[in-house]
Amino acid sequence: MISINAAGMDFISLNSILRETKEKKAVINNCEGQRYIGCAASGMDITVNGTPGNALGSYLNGGRITVHGNAQDAVGDTMNGGEIIIHGSAGDGIGLSQRGGEIYVRDSAGYRAGVHMKQYRDKTTVLVIGGSAGSFLGEYLAGGYIIVLGLTGDHCPISNFCAAGMHGGKIFVRGVLPPSLPRQVIAAEANAEDMSAVQPYIDKYCRYFGKDKDDILSKPFHMLTPDSKNPYKMLYVFN
Amino acid sequence: MEREGSIRIPAGCAIAGIISREGKRFSGDAIRRSMSMMHERSNGLGGGFAGYGIYPEYKDAYALHVFYDNIEAREACEKYLDSRFDIVNLSKIPVKKIRAITGEPLIWRYFVHPLPTRLADSQLDENEFTRRCVFRVNTSIEGAYVFSSGKNMGVFKAVGYPEDVAEFYQIGDYEGCCWTAHGRYPTNTPGWWGGAHPFSLLDMTVVHNGEISSYDANRRFIEMYGYTCTLKTDTEVITYILDYLVRKIGLDFTEASNVIAAPFWSTIASKDEREKQRLTYLRNMFASLLITGPFSILVGFNGGLMMLNDRLKLRSMVMGEKDDFVYFASEEAAIRAVEPAVENLYAPRGGEAVIVLTKGGASHAD
Repeated sequence: MISINAAGMDFISLNSILRETKEKKAVINNCEGQRYIGCAASGMDITVNGTPGNALGSYLNGGRITVHGNAQDAVGDTMNGGEIIIHGSAGDGIGLSQRGGEIYVRDSAGYRAGVHMKQYRDKTTVLVIGGSAGSFLGEYLAGGYIIVLGLTGDHCPISNFCAAGMHGGKIFVRGVLPPSLPRQVIAAEANAEDMSAVQPYIDKYCRYFGKDKDDILSKPFHMLTPDSKNPYKMLYVFN
Repeated sequence: MEREGSIRIPAGCAIAGIISREGKRFSGDAIRRSMSMMHERSNGLGGGFAGYGIYPEYKDAYALHVFYDNIEAREACEKYLDSRFDIVNLSKIPVKKIRAITGEPLIWRYFVHPLPTRLADSQLDENEFTRRCVFRVNTSIEGAYVFSSGKNMGVFKAVGYPEDVAEFYQIGDYEGCCWTAHGRYPTNTPGWWGGAHPFSLLDMTVVHNGEISSYDANRRFIEMYGYTCTLKTDTEVITYILDYLVRKIGLDFTEASNVIAAPFWSTIASKDEREKQRLTYLRNMFASLLITGPFSILVGFNGGLMMLNDRLKLRSMVMGEKDDFVYFASEEAAIRAVEPAVENLYAPRGGEAVIVLTKGGASHAD
């Protein structure tokens, strides 16, 4: 295992150490916003203590990144595989264009989580958000699962323009839905069969963050799927 | 001094702010440290700082900070200022020569009061009188540019990385109750000294991360009211819009935010009747001042600070608190650089204005 004190270190040096090490396990302490940590890594187990910078785990191919703290913007941008586990909240654009792998956020995520997430061939693409998510969650969603658990309270855990332009994949929302959803979306209460598909990921969320599964499953989930008869057009023209 | 507008270069930027709610003064070194954590967000083509409460010894005088290309420009400008103002103090702004900052203009500071006779003749209030004089210098005295013109506050900016600009101006030697800062990554216009942020007019300053797409629609409207856009830079027009809405029209900052980052019609439709009417009125009344495209801004003024994101929240911004202080930055890491134990971290939503007032401050013009 390699242990790195990132205090005062620039992002190029930090990422060089991670790329060049023969160790499979790395712990980064005092992380101060260095960008691109774990970019395109595969088969490494990276633990970050502190605040990682933007584009954490972008193009991640495999292995695992665990953050003890909050993550900033664009976590897991275009990631292909592996896992990112955040013991805290995430900024905007988490899981942007994610096309494989799994991301678990203990608390909330900012705007544009999972925008244009997709699922390529045999890959499984998953984004689990424990709290609430900002506007444009799953915009242009093309594949994969986005699961929002709303553990922060009884209010609706998703916001404006959720799933706008969605044309594939599924979004699961625990608790109430907003008064209106974009016309491209069909929303219904998730049945047992629907839930069985995402059960393994909810299990993992509970295991990673020490949450009670029965408690989470005590509230009904809604499932959002695309309405292919009603494609997306001209959001920005009339608003 | 080469000005902007002749070429177009195809923004990432860094912004930060720190304010003491009690109005306690603290060194500018804190904001420098916050900015240096976001080094990658700038490219060395502009950095700057605004400090409030930094000139208590001249708190009733307008502090003019001026860039000059040459001595002739200085002489012409001083002759003009002498004819309009009582100059109670003038000096070069102290700077430290460092390798990272080169090609600096002459940089002068004047503490001035409008001449009572000229002011009375003009039939204007002293803010409007001073604003017009600032525009007169910037549009008609070749080689002179007033880049700061408020009372008991000052803007310090240059071409360079923000942490270098802080060293150049020795920002740590000033004490203010509120600071904002900007690191520039220009994408549409070349970097020049006047084009660095903050942009200011009287005591209002704007630091901006983003690139507004409504620039020309906004410019056409605001130029009808005597604001000449000399810089062809989007942030300049934001500054003038806010001066117009708050100082001239008398809106408070919340209302001004409802104009420039107006909620979507679909969002307005979901509000109660009274709120619906209020928001509809503001959108219709000032339709040309809706700012579209990505922006996150920090607006400083004597008495407080406003943070605002565009309604789609196309730029990042995080805020947090600790004791008396409220911190803002493009990245959480930049807040933790100054206050590792920051509490109540929050990323305001698109169009959600956050206004922090110092003790006794008001969110509208007096």
